[in-house]
Amino acid sequence: MSSLDISIKENNYQLYGLVALRVLIGWHFLYEGIAKLINPYWSSAAYLLDSKWIFSGLAKSIVANPTFLTISDYVNMWGLTIVGISLLLGIFSKYGSLFGMALVLSYYLFAPPLLGLEYGKPNEGSYLIVNKNLIEACALWVLYAFPTSPIIGLDRFISNQKNN
Amino acid sequence: MSDKKNRTNLERRDLLRGLATVPVAGVFLVNLWRKMSREKVKKANLLSDLIKNKTAPAAVKSISNSRHLNIGIIGYGGRGSHLIRGAGFATKGWTETASENARKNKLNKQFETFMSQEDLNCSLVGVCDVFDINAELGINASQNDMRPGSKPKVTATRFQHYKDLLANDDIDAVIIATPDHWHSRISIDAAKAGKHVYCEKGMTRTFDEAIDVYDAVKKTGITFQLGHQNRQVEANEKAREIVQQGLLGPINLVEITTNRNSPWGAWVWGIHPKGNEKTIDWETFQEPSPNKIPFGDEALKRFFRWRCWYDYGTGLSGDLFSHDFDAMNQIMDLGIPKYASSTGGVYFYKDGRDVPDVWNATFEYPDKDLTLLYSASLSSNNARGNRIMGHDATMQMGGQSGGGSIHGFAVTADSESTQYKDRLKSGIINPDYPIFTYSPGSKEIDGVTSATSRYFANKGLLYTYRAGKRVDPTHLHIKDWLDSIRDGSMPKCNIDVAFHEAVACAMATESYFTGRRIEWDPVNRKLI
Repeated sequence: MSSLDISIKENNYQLYGLVALRVLIGWHFLYEGIAKLINPYWSSAAYLLDSKWIFSGLAKSIVANPTFLTISDYVNMWGLTIVGISLLLGIFSKYGSLFGMALVLSYYLFAPPLLGLEYGKPNEGSYLIVNKNLIEACALWVLYAFPTSPIIGLDRFISNQKNN
Repeated sequence: MSDKKNRTNLERRDLLRGLATVPVAGVFLVNLWRKMSREKVKKANLLSDLIKNKTAPAAVKSISNSRHLNIGIIGYGGRGSHLIRGAGFATKGWTETASENARKNKLNKQFETFMSQEDLNCSLVGVCDVFDINAELGINASQNDMRPGSKPKVTATRFQHYKDLLANDDIDAVIIATPDHWHSRISIDAAKAGKHVYCEKGMTRTFDEAIDVYDAVKKTGITFQLGHQNRQVEANEKAREIVQQGLLGPINLVEITTNRNSPWGAWVWGIHPKGNEKTIDWETFQEPSPNKIPFGDEALKRFFRWRCWYDYGTGLSGDLFSHDFDAMNQIMDLGIPKYASSTGGVYFYKDGRDVPDVWNATFEYPDKDLTLLYSASLSSNNARGNRIMGHDATMQMGGQSGGGSIHGFAVTADSESTQYKDRLKSGIINPDYPIFTYSPGSKEIDGVTSATSRYFANKGLLYTYRAGKRVDPTHLHIKDWLDSIRDGSMPKCNIDVAFHEAVACAMATESYFTGRRIEWDPVNRKLI
């Protein structure tokens, strides 16, 4: 799907709803990224060490290898920041939502709230199989499928240039 | 005209819609800036005038003087073999198992940590053990090429009796890891023979022995190190800085604890299948003990589980209390208490032992306005950690004790604190969360106040860190001893602080035996 249906384009309630969702997720990503960038103590190691389920072995291998861990830290810090800017300003938002979806989906898969899995780190809510990461991944899928940035966002200038 | 107007309208519409979310980014940046400056102010208020030195302890220093040293080990059992690994020698069996474990589990860093130890420029040249199997393992360790640094220059010779080992002129220094009832005799003889001594804790089995060892070390001037590797743990060094700076306020109560709940933790160790009258020199083993028994099943039990009897050690006192006492002495310069009393009993392990498995002791320091409280159970794993309670703040160290606390710590302000009164009132300090936390491996003391920081500070880790590099504190403690021998400086657990430990332990043990409070007479060096 490359552009929005004409009905959504012309229905401001639907369009603004999607843009609001994009901007809010962008804001969330951007601050998650910046908070990690400015915190000298932050490392993905703690999250990875607490990993359960099928990717726990991979998570432990990443922590055990300083190079992999550094890569993981950078991918997270900069990945979240760049996806955040992309969604907030509406620039390359299709790729941003796709990459963002991959990031939060990996957070979900490394530590899913499945039955029988217990985590050391205290949770801020109550979850059964579905958690906020999964919902955010799903919301990013919606944003990928309904790209609003060519209408509201910097992508509008890029798509205009292409059309010209 | 109308076309032009339409185009301008379209362009305006394009511009508006294209930049519609940019103001949101502006709002984001304004709020980010506000949040960051708010936190900066908060952190500055917390830390700027509080902690003087926020950096982690210095990285391990390289050997200042390269004189090669020949060492001998007397008592190559479980602890002895760990100490010798700290010096850079492991048995072939150990290196093979450890590398296999590392291959199976990438998080198992035991092998990597051993192999990345600094080469301490020493040789293991003498091994003495009354159990043949252990002595052979010691020789094996001296022959193993798999070690940090170059291949071993020489391999070890076995000595049947420790006196033969001490008589060897090639040996510069000895590590004593025998049961406690042998510590004083070997330490004194070694000092007289001019050998430097690394002695495992507890320093001695009795009070009189402690006096004799102290005098012998002082008289001969050898370099003596007691085996409290907690002295090398960076969290303890940082804790000391905070306490010495008075950030906890007046401290009147310190609580140290031990919790274990397994037969292994209660010293019910395996009896080696090859242990028998031919492989064990039982008469030499029991020579200094007050009560003697003939070789047999009971003797075998006592040989491999010697920590369970007062004939050979002092139970919880010298084995586990001594570590936590020394850590507190390291942090607070406690010294020898004025009074000690203790109670306890054999309440869980009714296996013939005579050392208590539940034991509590109190130590009074009237000149410091302080009580030190120790409480131990070998039948509950409810790890309580150690707590230094001050009028202004409490420092909670780890959640596990024994073996030297290699954990982080968290300092939490007291809601009735005088020192932090204004900060508490203005909300800069929240008494529900720590004001400082220190986790092993972190670059510096973190002045945050959150639930997550508390969670990580309490997580136990097996290793200490130096400049972010994982190191076994036992290796650092051996290195500290060898470096001190070379440059004539005092090692970290030198005879002066070792003597504090030995006397404090002896006072509490004496109180358990007599059922009365024991007083230390520093003038006549006597227990009253």
